[in-house]
Amino acid sequence: MKTLRYILIRLAQAIPVLLGVSIITFVLMAATPGDPVRLLVGDRATPETIAAIRDQYGLDEPVLIQYFTYLGNLVQGDLGASLRYRLPVFDLIVQHYPVTLFLVIYTIILTLPPVIILAVLSARNPNGFADQVIRILGVLGLAVPVFWLSLLFARLFGVTLGWFPVSGYGETFPEHLRHLFLPALSTMIWVVPILVRTLRAALLEEMNRDYVVTGLSKGLGQREIFKSHVFPNSLLPTINLFAVIVAYLLGGSVIVETVYAVPGMGKLMVDSILARDYFVVQGATLVFAVTTILVMLAVDLLSAVIDPRVAP
Amino acid sequence: MRVTPMFVIGVCMVALWCLVAFFAPLLATHDPTAIDFEAILVGPSAEHWFGTDNVGRDTYSRVIYGSRYALYIGLFGVIAPLIIGLAIGLLAGYFGGWIDTLAMRLVDITVPFPFFVLVLAIVAVLGPGVENYFIALALVGWVGYARLARAEAMVLRSSEFVLAARTMGFSHFYILMRHILPNSMSPIVVYVMTDVTLVILFGAALGFLGMGVAPPTPEWGIMIAEGQIYLASAWWISFFPGLAMVLIGIGFALIGDGLARMLRLER
Repeated sequence: MKTLRYILIRLAQAIPVLLGVSIITFVLMAATPGDPVRLLVGDRATPETIAAIRDQYGLDEPVLIQYFTYLGNLVQGDLGASLRYRLPVFDLIVQHYPVTLFLVIYTIILTLPPVIILAVLSARNPNGFADQVIRILGVLGLAVPVFWLSLLFARLFGVTLGWFPVSGYGETFPEHLRHLFLPALSTMIWVVPILVRTLRAALLEEMNRDYVVTGLSKGLGQREIFKSHVFPNSLLPTINLFAVIVAYLLGGSVIVETVYAVPGMGKLMVDSILARDYFVVQGATLVFAVTTILVMLAVDLLSAVIDPRVAP
Repeated sequence: MRVTPMFVIGVCMVALWCLVAFFAPLLATHDPTAIDFEAILVGPSAEHWFGTDNVGRDTYSRVIYGSRYALYIGLFGVIAPLIIGLAIGLLAGYFGGWIDTLAMRLVDITVPFPFFVLVLAIVAVLGPGVENYFIALALVGWVGYARLARAEAMVLRSSEFVLAARTMGFSHFYILMRHILPNSMSPIVVYVMTDVTLVILFGAALGFLGMGVAPPTPEWGIMIAEGQIYLASAWWISFFPGLAMVLIGIGFALIGDGLARMLRLER
């Protein structure tokens, strides 16, 4: 019951955040120099067309009214239209979003095994040899530019060794897995160190709890305590970090998709910025933020179900 | 406080890069923007240590001069976010109440945007260039600092020495500047070091995507982008600027990592 109430409260809390996010994307668009309608219809449009579109998006109204028009359009899924593709932004996002989602989920699946193994190895013997090596690898992972690493991977595994394709997305599911392997691997290098550090800290904290001593005193082995008590208890703080990681991965997708020519949201955004296709940029930015909000929400709800103490 | 060897290595690496940037004209063997059609796509040799690019510019000299932009972006890029974040975070944590609510709502609506996506969107609106990147960082980057500063200030505001200072009649401003600020600096200093690495990386990523400083500036991100199409035949154009970025990034990351351990923020 308490959990249910928490879930409802948490859902209600997401609404003002969504509104705030829409204000930010609205301001981004309003701050853009030049007349967006001019950009939208091109130079040869008749004054009547321009007037009609200005009216549709309420651009002659005061800014506050403009915002509410924008919000009203958003609720109906109208994100404006792309100047370059001559398509509604919504349709473009529907086309590109699944690719990025695939990439993000794929990266997360690839990330988990090394994170768990490395974190357990370093936490077992803090400041031991393995811990030191993993720490240095972590520093290295943070310092390597993702786009440069992607280029090197594409050159080495794609061109020289010919193991993986270096661009595109493929048609079928196994093809997707092959095409997105190098992009996922490149983003992974960046995320693994952050997750290892968090899980390691959580493991160390749990290892100093009283129940570990209790377990030892009733004759349980170190291994058994670690496996059935310490490790499960350390997962919650790591799950909490997930929303942050998804935000990182979405940000990384912008760079990685550009290097590997993956037709996802990131590439759509970069191409649209370079082509000054502002409605698409605005729409993509909004979709990125909404995705993160949904993941945050899911993570919070999941933690409340796993550990009822989370719900206050 | 025991100084760890990794920290010393980090400080040395950053100091070395500062020297390289300062003495770039002495260390460079060629003019970094001089075009030489006699030496196009030459591999690493005695004349051109890191080879040349598609218009015959010397990669080594460009990497050396590029350190100036990397350090400039990294060190100046964090200043505005640091100051804004500290101010908002400390005020919110110390006073609480509506200031805190307002600040945290502002944080709540900024956090969902992936950092790089929002920076890109702002640079897209303002136009390419380092100054606009700095503005974008100031608008977005303060959030991390504000959260840290707020957490510290909230703990400190009810500590005994702060209460004592209040009873003795010191003003809030004095207490914030003399007691709260210095005592909440350790996690923030560590964060600054990680942030410098990220700001350099994202700055180069902007250059790579064509939204940073304008070519033919010898900026590492642009150089990597320029070498992209020659990767199969002339790997050195992209390889060396990337390596330089790794080396500068490791320097700052090691300082951050070492500080975190020395200040006992991490086991």
